[in-house]
Amino acid sequence: MRQAVIIGALIAACGATAQVDSTLLLLPATEDTMAHRRMNMDAVYNRPFLTFDKMPVSVGGYVEAKVEHLGTDGVSDGFSFALQRMTLFVASSIHQRIKFLSELELEEGGRELSIEFAALDMQFDPLLNLRGGIVMNPIGAFNQNHDGPNWEFNDRPLEAVRLLPATWSNVGFGLYGKRSTAQWTFAYEAYLTNGFDASIISNSEDRTFLPATKANPDRFTESFNGVPLLTAKVAVRHQAIGEIGLSTMGGVYNRFQQDGLVLDKRRRVDVVAIDMNSRVRSWGTAFVGEWAWVLVDVPDTYTQQYGSRQHGGFLDIVQPLRQARMLGFENVVVNVAVRLEYVDHNVGRFRETGGDIGDEVFAIVPAISFRPASGTVFRLNYRHMRERDLLGNPPSLTGGFQFGFASYF
Amino acid sequence: MVNRINGGWVFILSIAAIAGCSKLEPAAPADEAILDGPIAGLSGDELARFLRGDVAFNDEVFHAGNGLGPVFVATRCASCHAGDGPGHPFTTLTRFGQWDASGNQYIGQGGPQLQDRALPGIQPEQLPPGAPFARFLPPLNTGLGLLDAVSDADLLAWADEHDADGDGISGRPNWVERRPYSPLRPGAVEQDGRVIGRFGRKASAYDLLQQTATAYNQDIGVVSLFEPIDPWTREEQDPEVPTATIHDVVFYLLTLKAPIQRDANDPNVVAGEQVFNTIGCAKCHRPELTTGPSPIAALAHKTFRPYTDLLLHDMGPGLDDGYTEGTALTSEWRTPALWGLGLFPDSQGGQYFLMHDGRAHSIEEAIGLHGGEGQQARDAFNALGTNERSALIAFLNSL
Repeated sequence: MRQAVIIGALIAACGATAQVDSTLLLLPATEDTMAHRRMNMDAVYNRPFLTFDKMPVSVGGYVEAKVEHLGTDGVSDGFSFALQRMTLFVASSIHQRIKFLSELELEEGGRELSIEFAALDMQFDPLLNLRGGIVMNPIGAFNQNHDGPNWEFNDRPLEAVRLLPATWSNVGFGLYGKRSTAQWTFAYEAYLTNGFDASIISNSEDRTFLPATKANPDRFTESFNGVPLLTAKVAVRHQAIGEIGLSTMGGVYNRFQQDGLVLDKRRRVDVVAIDMNSRVRSWGTAFVGEWAWVLVDVPDTYTQQYGSRQHGGFLDIVQPLRQARMLGFENVVVNVAVRLEYVDHNVGRFRETGGDIGDEVFAIVPAISFRPASGTVFRLNYRHMRERDLLGNPPSLTGGFQFGFASYF
Repeated sequence: MVNRINGGWVFILSIAAIAGCSKLEPAAPADEAILDGPIAGLSGDELARFLRGDVAFNDEVFHAGNGLGPVFVATRCASCHAGDGPGHPFTTLTRFGQWDASGNQYIGQGGPQLQDRALPGIQPEQLPPGAPFARFLPPLNTGLGLLDAVSDADLLAWADEHDADGDGISGRPNWVERRPYSPLRPGAVEQDGRVIGRFGRKASAYDLLQQTATAYNQDIGVVSLFEPIDPWTREEQDPEVPTATIHDVVFYLLTLKAPIQRDANDPNVVAGEQVFNTIGCAKCHRPELTTGPSPIAALAHKTFRPYTDLLLHDMGPGLDDGYTEGTALTSEWRTPALWGLGLFPDSQGGQYFLMHDGRAHSIEEAIGLHGGEGQQARDAFNALGTNERSALIAFLNSL
C-alpha cells in the first residue's frame, strides 16, 4: 500500500497536460527503399543517422545505461550501475535500389560483441525486395524494433528476453515488401536462416530457453543441423487505428544425424506471435503489445523441467502528460507509462500428479519518462515482479527502482 | 524558468526514489516462515562457505554440456529440495534391488536407484522385472547438521530392539557399511564392521558426505572423486563436480538452520503438544535431542527439537514396499523429523506429500497410514474428540 501511494505521488508530481512525443515516430532516418508508410518491420532503417556531405555512408547508434536497486524477498545486492549496451549502425547506399546496413552491439560493458544485423537489400519492386546476410528474424515486433530510445522502460520485456531471443538474428536470405492504399498498408517478410540448437532444452536456465542458442558462437558460420529456420510475418496497418502483425518461426533444433548416423528424430521448435501497436489520437495514448506461443518437441524420456509449451507477452501503455519547453530544451515530452508482462515458461501438468506446472513470472512496471529530444529518453521505472518456481510454490517477490537513459547518437 | 523547475522535478524525484529505494522493495519473509537460511552463530568464514554451498546447491544447473546424466532424475540439487524443503513427486526417487540385509542384488542392473530420465537420444533405465522397489520422496534438508551431531551413544540408548519395556515401541539403528571416504564421527560405535546410519528414509546414509556424493551420482548422474562410477556406463570416469564443491554443499547442509516453530504459545498449539505426548507420538517422534561435540562451534552441544529418534521402526504391512537398505527390514522406516511440517506445502507446490513416497496428502491421512509400532498412536488419534484432534493438527502445523 505504501509503495502504491508513493508511486502514485511520483506520477502525480509530473503534471498532467502534455502529449506523446510524436516526433519519436518521425525520427530523421535514412530513406529506406520503400519509405511510404513506416511499419514495425522498418525499424532497422527508422533510426537517426549521421551523413557526411555527399558520402553514401551514414553512421549512427545508441547507448543505453541504468542504475537500479532491486531486492528479492528482502535481499538486495544494493546499487547496480550498468551500461547495458552500445550499438553502432553503419548504412550505405550502394545504388538507388541497393543498400547495406549493419548493426554491431556491445553488451555488458563490452564483454559481449555481436553482429545483430548485416544485410544487403536489393529492391526489385516495393512489394519485392531481396535481403541477405545476417538478418533480424521478424518474430513479434520487439525483435526488430528493439532500440532502447524507443521505449519507456529500462529493461526489455520479459517475453522478449526469456521466451524469445531478443535481437535474434541469423545468417540467411529472404524477401520482404509492402504495399499501401489510401488508408491501409500491407507488409510481409519471409526468410530462411540458420536456426536453433539443442541448447534450447539443455542450458543453465534449467528450462526451455530459446535465447540459449545465442551463446553458440558458430551460428553465424554454420547451421547446427542443416535444416533452415523459416521465419515469416505479415502485418497490416490502418492509418487511423494502428498496426497488427502475425508472425511465425519454425525449424528443427536438434542434431538428428551426424556422419550419416541417425541419432534421433527431427525435433521441431515453432513459435507463433501476434503484435500490435495503436494510438488513441484524442488522448495520445499509445498501446504496444506482443504475445508469443512457443512449441518445442521435447522427448518424453527427458525431464518436464524443460517444457514443451510456453507463452507470454507484454502490453505497454504510454500516456503523454506534458509537452513543453523545459531545462532549455525546446520540445520536452514527459510520459507516464506502465508495462504489464507475463511469461509461463512451462505450460502443462506434471505427469506424476496431474498438478499444474509453475515456472511463471508476472511483472508490472510503472514508469515516468522524460524526453528532452526525440531520440533521447530518461526513464524512472519501478519493477514489481512475482515469480513462481516449477512446483508452483509461493512466489518470490522482486521490486525496486530503475533509473536510466537511452539515446541515439 | 518554471519549466526548468518542472523538468528538474523528474531528476530530483528519480534521485529521491533511488535513494529511498530499499524501503520500497519487498520485505523479507519472517525467519520462521521459511526453511532456508544459516544456523545462528557461524563465523564470517563459515558464512562464506555456507554461501558457496548455497550457490552450488540451489543455482548450479547440470545439463548436457557439464555432465548431466546421460541418465538422471534431476538437473540440480534444488530440484528435489525446493526452498530446502521436502521433495515433490516430480522428483521421487525409485530405489530397487534389495529385500534383506544381504545387500542390493541389482547393482549390476542399475541399482540401487532408477534413473528414469535421460538426455535426448538416450534411453532411460527401466525397472528390472521382478525387482523389489520403493519410491522415496526427497526429505527435508534443514537442521541436518544438528541431527548429524547427535552421538551414537544417544541413539543406542533410545533403541529398544526387543521392546524390553513392553510399550509396543522398539526402535533400532540401521547398521550400514561406511563408505571409505566417510570419516568416523567422534564416539562412533561400530558393530561387525558396520556403523549407524542416520540419513535417508531408511537411515542408510552414514553422513552427509555420503548423502551428497551419492545424490550427485544417482540423482544427477554426475561422478565425483567420491562416487566415480557413472550410473549409465557403470564405468569409472573423471570427476564432473569438483571435490571442493561437494565439501561446500556438505557444509551448507550441515549449517542450514533448524525450522523455527510458529505460534508456540497459542493455547491450541500448547494443547496439541499435550495430546501429541499423551497419545504416544513422542515415543518415536522424540521432541528434544542434544548434540555432542562438533568441529562447527554453532552445532556443538545444542539442544533442539526435531521430533525424531533417528531409529528404525516397523510401520506395518501397509508401508512395507518389499524393498530395503542396510540392515533395515522392508517394513522398517526411520522416524522422520517433524520439524518444519507446517511449511512443507511451501516446498511441495501448495499441498502435502507426506510419508516416504508422498502418498499422504494431509497430516490426518499420514497419521492414518501408521501401522506396526505406530498402530497404538494411530488408534489413539482416531479416538480423539474433535477439539483434541484439531489441537494436535494445529501443533503439528506449528512445527
